[in-house]
Amino acid sequence: MDKLRAEKVNVFYGDNHVIKDVSLSITPNTVTAFIGPSGCGKSTFLRLINRMNDYIESFRMTGNLFVDDSDIYDKKIRVEELRKKIGMVFQKPNPFPKTVYENVIYGLRIQGINKKSVLDEAVEKALKQSALWNEVKDDLQKSALELSGGQQQRICIARALAVEPSIVLMDEPASALDPISTAKIEDLIYELKKEYTIIIVTHNMQQAGRVSDRTAFFYIGELIEYGDTKEIFTDPKIELTQNYITGRFG
Amino acid sequence: MNEHFSINRVKDNAFKFFGIFCTLFGLIMLGVFLFSVLKEGLPRLNWQFFTSFPSRKPEEAGILICLLGTIWVMVLTSLIAIPLGVASGIYLEEYGRKNKFASFIEINITNLAGVPSIIYGLLALEIFVRIFGLGKSLLSGSLTLSLLILPIIIVATREAMKAVPKTIREASYALGATKWQTIWFQTLPAAAGGIITGVILAISRAIGETAPLIVIGAMLYITTVPVSPMDDFSVLPIQIFNWLSRPQKGFIVNATAAIIVLLAITFILNGIAIYLRNRWQKKVKW
Repeated sequence: MDKLRAEKVNVFYGDNHVIKDVSLSITPNTVTAFIGPSGCGKSTFLRLINRMNDYIESFRMTGNLFVDDSDIYDKKIRVEELRKKIGMVFQKPNPFPKTVYENVIYGLRIQGINKKSVLDEAVEKALKQSALWNEVKDDLQKSALELSGGQQQRICIARALAVEPSIVLMDEPASALDPISTAKIEDLIYELKKEYTIIIVTHNMQQAGRVSDRTAFFYIGELIEYGDTKEIFTDPKIELTQNYITGRFG
Repeated sequence: MNEHFSINRVKDNAFKFFGIFCTLFGLIMLGVFLFSVLKEGLPRLNWQFFTSFPSRKPEEAGILICLLGTIWVMVLTSLIAIPLGVASGIYLEEYGRKNKFASFIEINITNLAGVPSIIYGLLALEIFVRIFGLGKSLLSGSLTLSLLILPIIIVATREAMKAVPKTIREASYALGATKWQTIWFQTLPAAAGGIITGVILAISRAIGETAPLIVIGAMLYITTVPVSPMDDFSVLPIQIFNWLSRPQKGFIVNATAAIIVLLAITFILNGIAIYLRNRWQKKVKW
C-alpha cells in the first residue's frame, strides 16, 4: 500500500499556477528527495502534505492527495489530527523560546498529555532518536535557544518525532547548517527511515544522492521525472533532468 | 582634499555637540522641575497628609480621598481596559482578515490614540453618566479612562504579537496545535513582555489624566471614603488642580506634595515596565 498518493494535483496562488498536474506515490519506510531549481514548486508540494498552505489566503487546489488511502483534503479531515501523523522540520531551526524539555513535549502537551512519567519517557526516546540525548541530557531545563544551530535543528526533529508521526517532511533541513551538523542530520535521516517515511526537499544534489531512495525532479511546477535515485542520477531518461543534475542550470 | 575632510570633521563635531545640548536641555529642565517640587513639597509629606480629608485649612488638608480614588480608578481601569484591549489586539492581529475594512479599523484605532482626552470626557458624559445612568461614579470615571487607553493597549498588543517570528507559529501548527493553542502557548508568552510594558505605560497615562474626569463631574470636594465602584470620587490630579487654583500659599505647598506622590506612582509603574521588558528580553532571544 502506498503511504502517500497524489492524483493530478494542481495548486494556484491567485492566478499563479504553481503546481501542474502532479501525480506520484510514495511507499512506506523510504526516503524521497524533491529536487529542482528555486520556485519549481517542490516546497509548495511538500507543504501540501501537512496542509501548511492552508494559511495562504490565495491558495487553491484541485486533484487529490491521499495519506494511508484517506483523502487529506476531504472536509471531514481534521487538520490538527492530520498534522500529528505528519511531522515537519523547517529550513531554519525554529525551536520555541522554551527549555529543551518543553520544546520536545510541546506536541504532547497540546494533546492534553501532562503525566510526568509519560513525558519524561517521550523526551528521552525522541532525543535518542534524533541522536541528541548524550549532548543535552544534563541540560534539559536549559533554553533551546542556547544550543548550537545543528543541535537546534535536531531539537526540532526530536520535537516532530515525539508525537509519533508516520511521515516526516523536511524542508531543506540542513541548508542553514555547517558540514558537520549536516552530516549528522544525514546519518539521522538514514536511521529514521526504519520507522518513518521521509520526504526531503533539498538543493544539494550530493545530499539527495546520499540519503534518498527515490528522487523527484520538479521544474516550473511540473514533475519532470520520478524514479530510483540511482537511476535518476546515473541514467536520467529526460534531458532536462540530466542538465539540472550535472549543474548546467540551477 | 584635506580641507574637505576637516570641514566634514567640523560638521560631525558640530552635530555631536548639538545633540548633547538637546539631550541635556530636556534633562536639565526635568532636574530643575524635580528640584523645585521636592524642595517645596517634601517637608509637607507626613502621615497626616496621607490620612486626612480635604479641608479649608491647608495645614489640616490631606490626600486620603483622592489617593484612594486614584487607586480605585487604577484597579478598575485595569480590569476593564486590559482584557478588552489585549483581546482586541489578539483578534485584529491573529484572526482578523487583512482587507480594506481591517485597514480602515486599524487606521481609526491609531487615530483614536491621538484624540484629545477631553473629547473622551464629553463622550463619557453623554454615554456613561447620562444614558447608562452611572452618575459621576468611580465606574464612570474608570470606563472613561479605559476608553482613553484602549487604543494604546490594542496597538501595543498588536506590535508585540507582530514581532513574534512567523516560524514559531508554523512550528506550532505543524505539531498539530490549533490556532488558539498556538496563540496561548507560543505567541502570547513570547509577546508578553511587550504587551505588559504597553499596558503599564497606558495605565500610568490614565492615572495622570484630569480633563476627562472633570468633564464627567468628578467631585472636587468629597468627605467620604469611596468604598464601592458606584461612589463619588476624586483623584490626585484633580486635587492638585483644585489646590493650585486656591490663593493661599499653604495649598500651593499641598499641591506640590501631591505632585510628588503622583510622580512617585508614575515612576514606580514605569520602573516596573522597564524591569519587565528587560527580563523578558533576556528570556526570549531570537
